[in-house]
Amino acid sequence: MAEAIITPHVEEPKKKAPAQGDETSLITGSEAIAVACQLADVDVITAYPIRPYDTVMQYVAKLVANGEMDCEYIVAEGEHSQFEIVKHASACGARVFTGSSGVGWMYAMECLTVTPSLRIPMIAMVGNRALDDPKIPSRAKVDAFLPRYDRKDLLLHPDNPITVAPQANEDWLMEIRRGTAAAMERSAGVIREAYADFERIFGRKYGNPFFEEYMTDDADVVLVGMGTLSNPVRVAIRQMREEGKKVGFVRLRWFRPFPAEELAKSLGRFKAVGVIDRDFSLGSPYHSGVVATEVRTALYQSENRPQVVGFICGLGGREVTLPDVRKMSEIVSQAASGKPQPATQWIGLRE
Amino acid sequence: MGRLYAVEIVYRGIFQKNLAKNISRAIVLAAHKEGKPGISFGRYGDSPERNGIPAKAFAIVATDEQTLEEGMAKYEPTQVDVSICVDDTLFKGVESWAWYGLQPINKLVKPGGTLIVTSLEEPAALAEMAHRKEAPYQLAVIKAQPSFSGLWVYKDDHTDVRILGAIARVCPELFSLASVQEVIRKDTKDELKATSALRSFERVTTYEVQPTQGNPEEPYKFEMPKWHEMRDGIAIPSIAPGHKMKDPITGTEGGFQPARNPTFKKYATRTMRPVVDFDKCIKCTLCWLACPDSCFDVTPENLYDANLEACCGCGVCEAVCPEPNCVTMVNETHFSDNSSQWQAYRKDAEGYKANLASLIATRPERSHGFRFRGQYEEQVPAIIQAAEAEQQKQTQA
Repeated sequence: MAEAIITPHVEEPKKKAPAQGDETSLITGSEAIAVACQLADVDVITAYPIRPYDTVMQYVAKLVANGEMDCEYIVAEGEHSQFEIVKHASACGARVFTGSSGVGWMYAMECLTVTPSLRIPMIAMVGNRALDDPKIPSRAKVDAFLPRYDRKDLLLHPDNPITVAPQANEDWLMEIRRGTAAAMERSAGVIREAYADFERIFGRKYGNPFFEEYMTDDADVVLVGMGTLSNPVRVAIRQMREEGKKVGFVRLRWFRPFPAEELAKSLGRFKAVGVIDRDFSLGSPYHSGVVATEVRTALYQSENRPQVVGFICGLGGREVTLPDVRKMSEIVSQAASGKPQPATQWIGLRE
Repeated sequence: MGRLYAVEIVYRGIFQKNLAKNISRAIVLAAHKEGKPGISFGRYGDSPERNGIPAKAFAIVATDEQTLEEGMAKYEPTQVDVSICVDDTLFKGVESWAWYGLQPINKLVKPGGTLIVTSLEEPAALAEMAHRKEAPYQLAVIKAQPSFSGLWVYKDDHTDVRILGAIARVCPELFSLASVQEVIRKDTKDELKATSALRSFERVTTYEVQPTQGNPEEPYKFEMPKWHEMRDGIAIPSIAPGHKMKDPITGTEGGFQPARNPTFKKYATRTMRPVVDFDKCIKCTLCWLACPDSCFDVTPENLYDANLEACCGCGVCEAVCPEPNCVTMVNETHFSDNSSQWQAYRKDAEGYKANLASLIATRPERSHGFRFRGQYEEQVPAIIQAAEAEQQKQTQA
């Protein structure tokens, strides 16, 4: 259940003519998701309006209404049902998509506890905001990339009589969790394979699937973040580079499985690390966001442990501005030069 | 380290939940009167409880806090000083969940410990019903019909206080009669209940069960799979569809026997079982349709045989059967096996009918609790009458 990557940074030659069958169009991130659902030939989509997932709903509804997309489009009575419906549809062999935003996710949370154990490949979008011009690939390429969804002997069907998700008490749960954990341990390899396939079929290269690095080769300090941060951070870094400040950016693509060893190895090269969280985990160690806590944990076993400064910003969709990024970068540089900094700082806060 | 006392109460889920809780709670309170700390709790896995499924409550008491702490670091005690069984049909064994297997009722009773039971049966008969145990143990029988009520209602027939009085007798170091009477008086403000506890204390006798007594069968058990032997996706195979039945005499095949969950036999779930007079059956299918556990096998001649691997003994079949005395619920204590009634009938119709007639004629009243509002009030006169008769017998003796 990764956050939907709406504006991927694509490393490809500039101004290259679109590949055969591909189409460049100016669409919103929400529309791009609807188109992705169409291309992936999703069978069941559930909806319940909440900004900005409602815009995805609208685009999907339009595709269905126009006869451009063949799927069961179910408007549920709430997020809880929304997530339950796709879970069970997936057990019956349907490719599914759903999503929500903010508090909607909170209400859906109960349904998510058993989804990983059932090995349900559910894509659930976390609504955020973006506008860009993604390149829409051809249906033929998508079909080549996405195999037919086949649950094999896990398919819930009268011809394959099984019970899915029976009640499990203390005498079963540990074994079930261990099985799910084993699948998660295997997932890193699967993710690498999928990125390699993606590159081969679509001709788009993302580099390291787990995190991307921007101007880190000679950097003294780096900022680390995930989700919709790229634009302001990249621009700010380019400005600071012009001023002679050696700042880089590491953007996490996967929160689970968390690429702890690889990330620790990379971050060990710098004098200080600033972690930008667009979230906040109340009462967590050093009152940080979730990414900062994970980064500190990843670095603990590492030989080189740079200073880690956590930043809380951009909550509730508040804009992360260029001055914000410059300010964070300045604080991290101070930490690198040996001036102690508070473990967590709030940026862009009225104070 | 001090002395630890463990008591288990084995009861029927829902029907006896309040009874078990009352007993367990009072044990701890009575021991506390004597300065012994304790804790009363239900087995975690039994919640949510299901009708009639064997469940357990525990009371753990110690002479000091530290000993109590050490005794509590266990999910279920491995040994108990006193085991209390509030329904004698549980003497056939305890099977609480699928994969649990059958646990002998006396399994946790330590050598020389006591098993207290409410029953109208004789001690020797009860000892035979339970599984064999290597070391001798005491059996204490409180003469009573097992007390059944429900989740929201409680049948206040003094079963709890009678058991508490008996505990004071068989394990006086846990608590004295005086302490438990004090708890009863404070809790219920009912002197009659304190007297009931005293009567039980005076009258309860113990019977020593020898290793030669009891059901010699090895209780069935199941090996639970290791995590990597389990299928991905919390998927388990469904129960297979089933097959035709075969007449043991003629070899004729027909009808339908559904396959059943191989890891959950439900033998210990019943307090009653339906006995069927196949000659009276008009093949109306109502029992087969109404059974919530799909327990009826359809025989080649379209009769309906209650399969005892699936029957929970709810009695719905008896209630819906339109033919008088065709399906009759009979106390589970009357049976020592779980074989097919239809097979027995096919092999020896006359013998089967004679046995059936005697079962029905002698069946004691058996109930799952309140079926309608006011039922308990209706039962009270009979209970008082029985108590008076008992009192007279005691006086004459």
